[in-house]
Amino acid sequence: MPIKHRVQRKSLKTSHTVSSPLGNPQAHQSGVLQKLLQEDPACDYDLIVIGCGSGGLSCAQEAAALGRRVMVLDLVVPSPQGTSWGLGGTCVNVGCIPKKLMHQAALLGQALTDSRKFGWECSQQVKHNWETMTEAIQKHVGSLNRSYQRALREKAVAYVNSYGEFVEHHKIKATNGKGQETYYTAAKFVIATGERPRYLGIQGDKEYCITSDDLFSLPYCPGATLVVGGSSVALECAGFLAGLGLEVTVMVSSQLLQGFDQEMAEKVASSMQQLGVRFLRKFVPVEVQQLEKGSPGKLKVVAKSTEGTEMIEGLYNTVLLAIGRDSCTKKIGLEKIGVKVNEKTGKIPVNDVEQSSVPYVYAVGDVVEGQPELMPVAVQAGRLLARRLFGGRLEKCDYINAPTVVFTPLEYGCCGYAEEKAVEVYRKENLEVYHTLFWPLEWTVACRDSNTCYAKIIYSKFDNDRVIGFHVLGPKAGEITQGFAAAMKCGLTKQLLDDTIGIHPTCAQVFTTLEITKSSGLDATQKGC
Amino acid sequence: MHQAALLGGMIHDASHYGWKVAQPLHDWGKMAEAVQNHVKSLNWGHRVQLQDRKVKYFNFKASFVNPHMVCGVSKGGEETLLSADHIVIATGGRPRYPTHIEDALEYGITSDDIFWLKESPGKTLVVGASYVALECAGFLTGLGLDTTVMIRSVPLRAFDQQMASLVTEHMAVHGTRILRGCTPLRVEKLSDGRLQVTWVDLASDKKDTGTFDTVLWAIGRVPETRGLNLEKAGVRTNPNTQKILVDAQEATSVPHIYAIGDVAEGRPELTPTAIMAGRLLAQRLCSRSSDLMDYDNVPTTVFTPLEYGCVGLSEEEAVARHGEERVEVYHAYYKPLEFVVPERDASQCYIKMVCLREPPQLVLGLHFLGPNAGEVTQGFALGIKCGASYQHVMRTVGIHPTCAEEVAKLRISKRSGLDPTVTGC
Repeated sequence: MPIKHRVQRKSLKTSHTVSSPLGNPQAHQSGVLQKLLQEDPACDYDLIVIGCGSGGLSCAQEAAALGRRVMVLDLVVPSPQGTSWGLGGTCVNVGCIPKKLMHQAALLGQALTDSRKFGWECSQQVKHNWETMTEAIQKHVGSLNRSYQRALREKAVAYVNSYGEFVEHHKIKATNGKGQETYYTAAKFVIATGERPRYLGIQGDKEYCITSDDLFSLPYCPGATLVVGGSSVALECAGFLAGLGLEVTVMVSSQLLQGFDQEMAEKVASSMQQLGVRFLRKFVPVEVQQLEKGSPGKLKVVAKSTEGTEMIEGLYNTVLLAIGRDSCTKKIGLEKIGVKVNEKTGKIPVNDVEQSSVPYVYAVGDVVEGQPELMPVAVQAGRLLARRLFGGRLEKCDYINAPTVVFTPLEYGCCGYAEEKAVEVYRKENLEVYHTLFWPLEWTVACRDSNTCYAKIIYSKFDNDRVIGFHVLGPKAGEITQGFAAAMKCGLTKQLLDDTIGIHPTCAQVFTTLEITKSSGLDATQKGC
Repeated sequence: MHQAALLGGMIHDASHYGWKVAQPLHDWGKMAEAVQNHVKSLNWGHRVQLQDRKVKYFNFKASFVNPHMVCGVSKGGEETLLSADHIVIATGGRPRYPTHIEDALEYGITSDDIFWLKESPGKTLVVGASYVALECAGFLTGLGLDTTVMIRSVPLRAFDQQMASLVTEHMAVHGTRILRGCTPLRVEKLSDGRLQVTWVDLASDKKDTGTFDTVLWAIGRVPETRGLNLEKAGVRTNPNTQKILVDAQEATSVPHIYAIGDVAEGRPELTPTAIMAGRLLAQRLCSRSSDLMDYDNVPTTVFTPLEYGCVGLSEEEAVARHGEERVEVYHAYYKPLEFVVPERDASQCYIKMVCLREPPQLVLGLHFLGPNAGEVTQGFALGIKCGASYQHVMRTVGIHPTCAEEVAKLRISKRSGLDPTVTGC
C-alpha cells in the first residue's frame, strides 16, 4: 500500500502520541517524509531505466511492484545489416533463447541419427529446412516480446520505444524512431543498455558480414559459414550450424573460450571437430569481398596469420563475426553527468550496490564492469537493486560461483575456478583434481564415442577439501551443473560428495564416484556399468 | 528402452524444428538386439573386472550348510563346499507373480522377460502401480504400442502422492490407458494365442474383459532368500517381507554374515546404494575404515515418459514429521523452452521444494517432474547433503535457459495460494 494512505489512516487516530514522522501529517507536508521516502515530486518519475533487457525489465518491474513511478526506455538500433527486434533485450531476441532453440534443432538432428540404432526406421538422409526453424523460433520470440509489453502495462510501468541519453543531471532526452524528442526527469536512473557485437574494423566487415544480431532471424539458410572468433557465442553458433548440416569453419586469432578452463575449451573444440567443424587457429581476417550477391551470396575472406606472414583465402556463403561485444555506453550522454566509464572496455564500474560514480545513477547487466555477462545475474542484480532503493531491503547480489554453460553440441557446464586459475590462486600443491572420462548410457546403443565426455572437480586441501571448481563436458551439462552450483553455495566438500548416492543411470552421478586424481597419473577412462 | 521411446518423441519434435522427417515405425527386434548386446558387454566387463581383481568367480547356486559353510551347485548338478570367515548375501530380488491367478506364470511375463523379448510384445496390459510398472508402460507407449496399466489402489505408493498423480496424469494424456481401482481375476489363452484378461472394478464390483498380446506383471519384487537355507546359518528374516534383518553395519543376526542390496530389510532398492554399501562394508571388513552407510536423503528418479526426480522427504512425510504449520512448500509449474516449438504439453512439468518454515528454511525434500530429471536432481541432492536451505538455493545464480534453473527461481509458496505458473522468458 502506498505510504500516503497509511499516513492518512494514522492521522484519524488522535488518542496516541505519534513518535515517527510516518504518522505525522505535518512531517509529510514539511518534506521530511519525502526525504525519507526519496520521493521527488519535481521529477516525472522515481526511476527511469534505460534499456529494457533482462536487467532493466527485472529492475523496473520490481520497483513498480513496490509502488514507484517507473519508466523504461528501449530502442533497438538496427544492425549494419538492418536487423532489429522487439522488447526484451539480448537474451530474448538475439541471445540465450533463439540460441538454445537452434542448439535444440541441431541436437534433434543428432537424435534422428541415434534413433535408427534404437530401432526407429528413420530415413538415412534427412534434410533440414532453415526457414521452418527460424519461423518457429521467431514466433516464440514474438510472443515473449508481447508478454513483456503486457507485463509492463499491468505493472503500470511507462514504456517508451525511444533511445535515451542524458542531457543534464536527472534529465534525459528520449528520441523515438521518427526522430521526435521528449524530455523526462527522474530521481534515480538505472543504465541497463547491454552490449552489441563488435566488428573487426576491416574492409567489407559491416557491409558483408553478419553477427548474432542477424543470425537468428536470417530469412535464408546461411550455407557454408565462416565463424570468426573463439568466444562462447562463436562456438555455440558454429556448433549448431554444423549440427544442421552446414559446412562450418571457425577462425580464431588466439585462445578459444578465453577466461574458461583451457583444458575444457580444447575438449570442446575437439568434440566439435569430431562433428566436422574445421578450425583455423591463429588467423585473423583482413578483408572480406563479395563475389556474388544472393541469399546467401558468395564471399571471399582473406586472412593473415597472427604468428607470421602466411596469408590464406577462403570462399564462404556467410561470414559470422563473433569476436566479442561492446557496451552501449558511448552515446548515452554519460560524460554530460560525469558517470565514469572504463575507457578500454566501455563498461561502467560500480560498487557492491550497483552504484556508479554518480550517486543517483546505477547500472545492471552486461554493461557493468567485473560481473559475469549472464542473464540470471542481470535479473537478480536488477531485482535486488530495486528492493534496496525502494523497498528498504539490504540484500546484495551474490556473484560468487555463478555457474555458466556453453551450449556447444557437446555442452560444457562449469562453476567456480578454472584449473589454471585455481593453481594461480591456491598453488598446485594445495589442490587436488579428480577427473574421469565417461560414457553416457544413451550413447552406448547409439555407438557414440566412449571417451569424449569428461568430468572434473577441483578441491582446495586448505579448506577441508572444499569444491572450488566444477567442470562437466557432456549432454545436458546445464541441467547437471545447476544443482552442483547450489551445492557449492552450501560449501560442498569431497567428503560430502563421496557420501552422496548417485542417481542411476545418469551422467551426473559420475561425480559421486570420482576416484582418480590427476596427480596419480592413472588412466581416467570409464569401464563398467 | 526409455531412451528409445524418448527418441520417438524427439523425431516428432524434429519436424517442428525444420527437419524434413515423417514419423517412422519402430522395429522392436532391432532395438532389443542392440540393448541386449550392450547388456552382454556389461556382463563380460564384470567378468573381466573380477578376474583383474583376482576374485574367484563360481557360476553356482549357493545355499548355507552351516554358519561358516556354503554349498554351491553348478548347472550340471555338481556340489562344492566353500567355507569363509565372512559371508555377504547379495542375492537381490525377483519379480512377484500374483498367487491368486491361475496360470499367471505361464501366461504373463515380468521385467525379467520384457528386456529380452526378441519380438514386440504388441498390445500390452501392465499390472501394477510400482515405478517398474509405470516405467515399462511408459516406454511401451512411446514405442507406439497399445498399452494399458492396471492399478489396484495408488500409483508409486512410497513416493510423494501429488507427484505420483502428475506422473500418471501425464501418461494418461499421452496415450497410456490407466485403469484405476481395478484388479485382475483371470487370464485365459484364446485360440489365436492372445490373452483374455478378466478384471473387477473394486469400487463398483463390475467385471470387465480385455484382449492383449502380452500381460506384464509388475506388482512388486520378492527377495531371493527362499533357496538359501538361511535357517542352517541362523540368519533371521522379516516374516512379512522375507528380507534379511540387518543392523547399521549391514550385519545379520549372525555376526560374520552380512547382507546388502535389495535382499536387506529397510534399505532403498537402488543400485548406487547397494554399490556404496558393498564398498564400505568391504573397507570395514579389511579394517581400512569404520565409515557406515548413510541411507538418508538418497536421491532417485522414476524414468517415466515425463521423468520424476526426488530427494528427501515427500510433502506428506514432512508434514507428518514436523506438522503442517512448520513446513513451507515452494512450487512452480514451468515450461521447458524446448517444448515451445513443437507445442508440447507442459501441464505436468512441476517442481516442489519442501522446507522447514523457520529461517533459514532447511530443505527437507525436492521433487522435480520434467525432462532429464535425474541430471537435474543429482546436484541438488548434494546440496541437501550439505544442509542446503531455501536461502542457499535462492542465492544460487540460475543457468539460463535450463529447466533446472526453475528450482533456483522457486518463489511461490503453497501457503500463499498464488498461481505458481512461471511466466516470462
